[in-house]
Amino acid sequence: MTMPPVEVVLFWVFTVAIIVSASGVLFSRNPVASAMSLVACFFFLAGIYVLLLAHTIAALQVLVYTGAIMVLFLFVIMLLSLTDTGPLAKVSVSRVAGVLATVAVLGVLVATVSRVPNAGTPAWMADPERLAAFGTIKELGAVLYTQWLFPFEAVSLLLLVAILGAVVVAKAKV
Amino acid sequence: MTPIVPTANYLLLAAVLFCIGMLGVLVRRNALVVFMCIELMLNAANLTFLAFARELGDATGHISAFFIIAVAAAEASVGLAIVIAVFRSRGSVNIDDIQAMKH
Repeated sequence: MTMPPVEVVLFWVFTVAIIVSASGVLFSRNPVASAMSLVACFFFLAGIYVLLLAHTIAALQVLVYTGAIMVLFLFVIMLLSLTDTGPLAKVSVSRVAGVLATVAVLGVLVATVSRVPNAGTPAWMADPERLAAFGTIKELGAVLYTQWLFPFEAVSLLLLVAILGAVVVAKAKV
Repeated sequence: MTPIVPTANYLLLAAVLFCIGMLGVLVRRNALVVFMCIELMLNAANLTFLAFARELGDATGHISAFFIIAVAAAEASVGLAIVIAVFRSRGSVNIDDIQAMKH
């Protein structure tokens, strides 16, 4: 019996871990447990990103999502000292409609994805130089600071406005 | 050349992740958990971008994922500030209690 390639093994390990931890976000009664499940989910997603040769984005995922955004979430949860009444305590019309809509969307997405042809290994990977450069900070920076310079500056402005907006909205007295 | 996992598998994982997030947004009533589920949906979109970036050998998908992460950070900071403001004025983050603009 031959071992499956390591990428296949890692893909299924990460996939199962992502689905389990994402379900943990959905079904935990305690918001802190939800947030910790989400941290785990983002870590395993970073692993998937590495399998997809997106090393820079995987590093950003860990730094920004698990490092910054989730810490912000945990701060707010602890600041508000929330007690959750439980996720699925009562069945209502809107909840049943939500489940039905989600099943419908999942059906459409799976039907669409199943029509994607399996082309095997992409042709561009035959070039070892391109394969080595793909997804590195060098390549990303070259594209980001030439072709996408204006959107990059716009995002920096957006972040500045978001900081100011968050301070103004969350202040007790304006 | 080692065989790779087909792009369709990654797209399928993204679809499942998106639907878990969508179910959370529609079913959960705690505004903070709804926010976390929106983050899950954004990550499913990122995963799709990166899967196609590898399929096509094009770094533009990575740039899109980069911008999504930056916008998600901005969205989380403003959204959580709104949650704090709502909690101050109403003493609850249950979205069934927040319906002043419903009628």
